[in-house]
Amino acid sequence: MIVPFNRRLRCAAEGRCANLTYGGPTSTPYPSQLRNRLKCPPKVVTRHLVAILRLNVGALRDLAPIVLVIAFFQIVVLRQPFPDLLSVLVGLLCVILGLTLFIQGLESGLFPLGEALAQGFAQKGNIVILLAFGFCLGFGTTIAEPALIAIAAEAAAVAAEAGAIIDDDSARSTYALELRLVVAVSVGAAIVVGILRILKGWPIHYLIIGGYLLVTAMTAFAPAEIVGVAYDSGGVTTSTITVPLVTALGVGLATSIRGRNPMTDGFGLIAFASLTPMICVLAYGMAAQ
Amino acid sequence: MIGYSNALIDALFSTILDVAPIVVILLVFQLVFLRRKPPNLRRIAAGSVLVLVGLALFLIGLENALFPIGRTMASQLTAPETIGAERLADGVDWYDYLPLYAFAAAIGFATTVAEPALVAVAIKARDASGGAVHPWGLRIAVAVGVAVGVALGCFRIVTGTPLPWYIIASYIVVILLTFRAGRTIVPLAYDSGGVTTSTVTVPVVAAIGLGLASSVPGRSPLIDGFGLIAFASVFPIISVLGYSIAASWLSRRRKSGLPKEAES
Repeated sequence: MIVPFNRRLRCAAEGRCANLTYGGPTSTPYPSQLRNRLKCPPKVVTRHLVAILRLNVGALRDLAPIVLVIAFFQIVVLRQPFPDLLSVLVGLLCVILGLTLFIQGLESGLFPLGEALAQGFAQKGNIVILLAFGFCLGFGTTIAEPALIAIAAEAAAVAAEAGAIIDDDSARSTYALELRLVVAVSVGAAIVVGILRILKGWPIHYLIIGGYLLVTAMTAFAPAEIVGVAYDSGGVTTSTITVPLVTALGVGLATSIRGRNPMTDGFGLIAFASLTPMICVLAYGMAAQ
Repeated sequence: MIGYSNALIDALFSTILDVAPIVVILLVFQLVFLRRKPPNLRRIAAGSVLVLVGLALFLIGLENALFPIGRTMASQLTAPETIGAERLADGVDWYDYLPLYAFAAAIGFATTVAEPALVAVAIKARDASGGAVHPWGLRIAVAVGVAVGVALGCFRIVTGTPLPWYIIASYIVVILLTFRAGRTIVPLAYDSGGVTTSTVTVPVVAAIGLGLASSVPGRSPLIDGFGLIAFASVFPIISVLGYSIAASWLSRRRKSGLPKEAES
């Protein structure tokens, strides 16, 4: 596992391939092909250090706003000292290192994986298996999503308070589990619809606008306490690992199918995955009423 | 330091648990249906390990360094003492919470810039568009959208106005902008609504919503605490569409002003 990472570091130290450094400007869309052609000279310790620093600069720039905002409000507005500075600094180091590794792994791991899957399915040409895969991916990643588990538990508490369900532990946990199942099924269905859209080349905005109209109409009939939960459930479903994988899958599919454009057809899977949970949770609220 | 290493193992473990269903699904489909080894298997495996370790480190760092302060600040800024308790006695006005709106907008912007899922989509958009979509520009546009959305969401909690009005009004704006914007940017803009609310933004934003709804008199944290994430997922769509419309309008104006330079 060290080899590609090290080679990349050396390249970054050389400064010969600016697009390999984290977040840097790009000249070619596929750095992996470029990297294979580059022959980098033997490693030098100082060069490694410089390269690691250079990769971390991108992560530092990403985190600077959070640190500035918190420091500003802490010192200027609330006028309180920074608690436990050492722990904060160590944590920041972890965050910077973690973000750098994540980006590295993204380009050598998750993106190629999604593209390889897309190519495999496109060559196989079996739509049913592709759609089944999409459904499983959507369902499997959503059912275990921690943010969704948290929001489902809160929603159950809301429903119990509003009198929609009996206020005891078993009724609440059933409600929360059902809600999670509804959201997971709806995300699976969303990926299926999104893949179908890529295959058929349907324009995305009619589907999304149709979904918005449906949400608007259902809001009028759904019980008031479920509306906030439903609207929020659209946002929490897409986790940090699912997003790169699903995006690479969509763009890869659009690239390998003739007549599809990676920009107009490849994106949009996540848009569906954040729209259908709203519709399904509203429907669930109406049904549970 | 020992605390950190324990926490790191915990975070690594829970990240692996999150990823387990994905791995199982990938393996089943790869082995049963595709029956073909993907190219560069070792590199992909190495990259996936990097993603896992990176995400675990990232989360553990945030959990130890920034989230506690962020949460404390959210509760301090929403506390009645900050606003002035005697003013709360005769009801609140929306402008009592001005520092909180500023904090919500600033922290919404800052957390979105650091959101790893958004970085991934921005890189992919750059590759798919052949460099026409600048990753940094996209991320700033999305972050501005989240900032406006979260601040407006706080305003809604303070004033207690119904959530559907805001969301449906912003849907109408999205629909109008969709027909004005270029067709290539629309799917990306819709996607950016979903990716903004992930590991970094949700915990901090949820803390603000919860603190605000429990401190403003007459609001219930259970019912009014919801909705901030919805705001944070709709407004980036508007800001990305708006950004692309503005960018193409500017470039068209520049082209018509200097036709020779545009050709070269």
